[in-house]
Amino acid sequence: MPESIHKLLIAALLSVASAAFAATPVHEFTLANGLKVLVREDHRAPVVVSQIWYKVGSSYEPSGLTGISHLLEHLMFKGTPDVPGGEFSRLIAANGGDENAFTSRDYTAYFQTLEKERLELSFRLEADRMRHLLLKPEDVAKEAQVVAEERRLRTDDQPEALTQEQFSAAAYLTSPYRNPIIGWMQDIQSITPDELNRWYRQWYAPNNATLVVVGDVEPARVRELAEKHFGPLPPSDLTSPKPAVEIPQQGERRIVVKTPAEVPYVALGYKAPTLKTAAAEWEPYALDVLDGILDGGNSGRISRNLVRGSQVAAAAGTGYSPTSRLEELFVLAGNPAPGRTSADLERALRAEVARLREEPVGADELARVVAQVVAADVYQQDSMFYQGMRLGILETVGLGWSKLDDYVQRIQAVTPEQVRDVARKYLTDDRLTVATLEPLPLDGRRPPAPDAAVDHAIR
Amino acid sequence: MRIIPIMSHCKPLLTGILGVLLLLASSLAAAVPPIQNWRTANGVPVYFIPAPELPMMDAQMLFNAGSVRDGARPGLAKLTNALLEEGAGDWSADVIADRLDRVGARLSAGSRRDSAWVSLRSLTDPRYLQPAVETVARLLREPSFAPDAVERVRKQMLTGLQERAQSPGAIAQDAFFTALYGTHPYAIPPEGTVASLNAITRADIQDFHRRHYTAANAVVALVGDLERSAAEQLANALVGGLPKGEAVPPPPPPSPVPASQTIRIPHPSSQSHILIGQIGVNRADPDYYALYLGNHVLGGNGLVSQLSQEIREKRGLAYGAYSAFSPMRQAGPFLINLQTRNDQVDTALQVAQTTLREFTANGPDAQALEEARQNITGGFALDLAGNGKLANYLGVIAFHQLPLDYLQNYLGIMNGITLEQARTAWQRRVQPDKLITIIVGGDQPAQSKPEPAGSTGS
Repeated sequence: MPESIHKLLIAALLSVASAAFAATPVHEFTLANGLKVLVREDHRAPVVVSQIWYKVGSSYEPSGLTGISHLLEHLMFKGTPDVPGGEFSRLIAANGGDENAFTSRDYTAYFQTLEKERLELSFRLEADRMRHLLLKPEDVAKEAQVVAEERRLRTDDQPEALTQEQFSAAAYLTSPYRNPIIGWMQDIQSITPDELNRWYRQWYAPNNATLVVVGDVEPARVRELAEKHFGPLPPSDLTSPKPAVEIPQQGERRIVVKTPAEVPYVALGYKAPTLKTAAAEWEPYALDVLDGILDGGNSGRISRNLVRGSQVAAAAGTGYSPTSRLEELFVLAGNPAPGRTSADLERALRAEVARLREEPVGADELARVVAQVVAADVYQQDSMFYQGMRLGILETVGLGWSKLDDYVQRIQAVTPEQVRDVARKYLTDDRLTVATLEPLPLDGRRPPAPDAAVDHAIR
Repeated sequence: MRIIPIMSHCKPLLTGILGVLLLLASSLAAAVPPIQNWRTANGVPVYFIPAPELPMMDAQMLFNAGSVRDGARPGLAKLTNALLEEGAGDWSADVIADRLDRVGARLSAGSRRDSAWVSLRSLTDPRYLQPAVETVARLLREPSFAPDAVERVRKQMLTGLQERAQSPGAIAQDAFFTALYGTHPYAIPPEGTVASLNAITRADIQDFHRRHYTAANAVVALVGDLERSAAEQLANALVGGLPKGEAVPPPPPPSPVPASQTIRIPHPSSQSHILIGQIGVNRADPDYYALYLGNHVLGGNGLVSQLSQEIREKRGLAYGAYSAFSPMRQAGPFLINLQTRNDQVDTALQVAQTTLREFTANGPDAQALEEARQNITGGFALDLAGNGKLANYLGVIAFHQLPLDYLQNYLGIMNGITLEQARTAWQRRVQPDKLITIIVGGDQPAQSKPEPAGSTGS
């Protein structure tokens, strides 16, 4: 049997195997005040994950208020009239729970993981802070300092993260995806309590939220608890976010970031549609397959040809997120191997893109991507948190939680010609932005700060 | 580049390899199937928990092959481990990658100070599992260490060293282990040095593999949708072909820090990374439980802990401020970790030192200790919810050959620790006047000075 046919056969068998292990059904209901609730039962362990998702994130933010969604997320732990500051975290911890929150471009979400009998605690606390947050000026000032430290840790002192931030700012002109989720430092340090209050009142309402519960629970009981705690909250009059469409790109863009570092880095981003923005529904799936062809495991073309073959890259990879609310970048990025330059790596990455435009991918490569997707579909069910994430993201970006129920079949339906077609249509030079990190010596950036020098002298 | 959402105040990821195993109540004990344990024909201990709900399995193969075995060749353990998937027998790296990817299997490999490992996640249908298992077995048994692969991975590790050199956090970690462990092999940087990486020969690698990737130095942890007989066959297929070999001796115990020392390393960063610590405990230390419980109050329980309260919540000095014991085969570190804007270093350092000193002198507050205990015991079910999480815990139990009833014993011990026991354990084991302090950040002159005992924090 020819090798490629053998692989296709394996892929076909895999798909049969996976069909028998589809995830358990999702129960959906909406409270009178507009809160949507999604429940997926997973009875493998006596645990429940509860996540509340708000339709707000950095892509909703106007100029001057970048980072306000993330700063507000921090302040959501600072207390209400009934639950004083710090008490939320203390109560969850003392009940054996785990909690956190995260902010992205298109959503802000809060979650608790608890022993299943304690789900009500999560609902009581989340319902309370959805409508009753106290935003004290002294808390705002202190938390802005914490977020500034977070920004230094995650971005300012990390050469690649710094480059990626400026890469996005160069790639987008009118899309809010140009701004960092954490915000520009000047905005973090100047957002006022009044502005935070308005942001909170504008977006934190039951009719702008989705409650996702995954775990060892009965849907009827979840509904009862949701009615009890979230039911009484009043809805808001919501206004849609302003249009945030990126104007068409009319030629390649390039930026250079010079910063103290040792390892060069280059990132290439092509404007690409998502499930929300695509003209034809198959296109994002074809781009997802293309992503797998290049970087799906160690057998992908990037590892095979660039890391092992020509050895132009020390490390490289691709990224594409089909579930974003707005037009995305299909990104290829990496570090050149010692003795090679960023220009060498850029040429090699562009050659891989050109090859995708010129010739259809092999049937065996396609089968490999499908096999990985089929297996991943099973592996993902091992994590209750991930199951909740997937439902929450799809619902919050406006695709609807069931959008990817047929994901495996959609991927299986992608043809080699379709992969070539999306490469020809979207991975073109006029849609490209390139960012290059040029390392400066690590010992040469800043003049000594007077404070530190004095401090040392005193010692 | 995936856009990763910003997590607000992550707890430090101390479960998993460093994790502690806890048990709340008998209802939870019933929810966790007992560990099955046997040896393969060539003597490899196997630890198995059946998980029939999903048609998948996780296997971890751990070896006594961490950087503690590097000797005069820092980076040798990591280079050897990284080369396993780069060729075996007559299979090239491309062939190995293709064999795994086309059945949707996921392979990962890594090494730290004590151990090195290879992990496999696969569907359990034999048509997909079998090719994956054959591949992993062969790369463990007969890696080829082809000269071109050696050169390529050596270069990748050199790039890795450059990446560490541009990261103030990584520089601080390396300096901390060097200062803390001195001549002990835990001081060896697992990533190696430029000089040592360039000096390692193919023969060194082959010899390291021959000596350490043997049945006598291996354990296997298995979780998944397998009958006992299938699990036995699987373990045999994975490691049954390894030669018996000789068990390597455990590393020697490290010496305690004789006196406080502060090391400042300049770096062009806007924040300084501060590490404060000393030698902690080993995996078998009877004080570990009381110290762990106490540390949950001090700095191991996210925003609720005292260090977070004092440094982040009250003063806004840092995004994260944590403390942890990391038990290893021999005594691992006790470590406080925070980052702050360069001009706030002295303030933050003083708050951290004062908090530690007062905690050690007075012990934990009674209510805080009870709430910490409730978090630990009540969170047990969370830590085991999922095959991947179970496999990580089982890997720790297997590598340290902890008793099969470890979970039940642990629960009893954790629930039995009194306030007084926690307080005295901290006083006995933590010396706030003998601390290694590392500060890596902007604009400070390099210096290293021993300090007289008692001067720290003044």
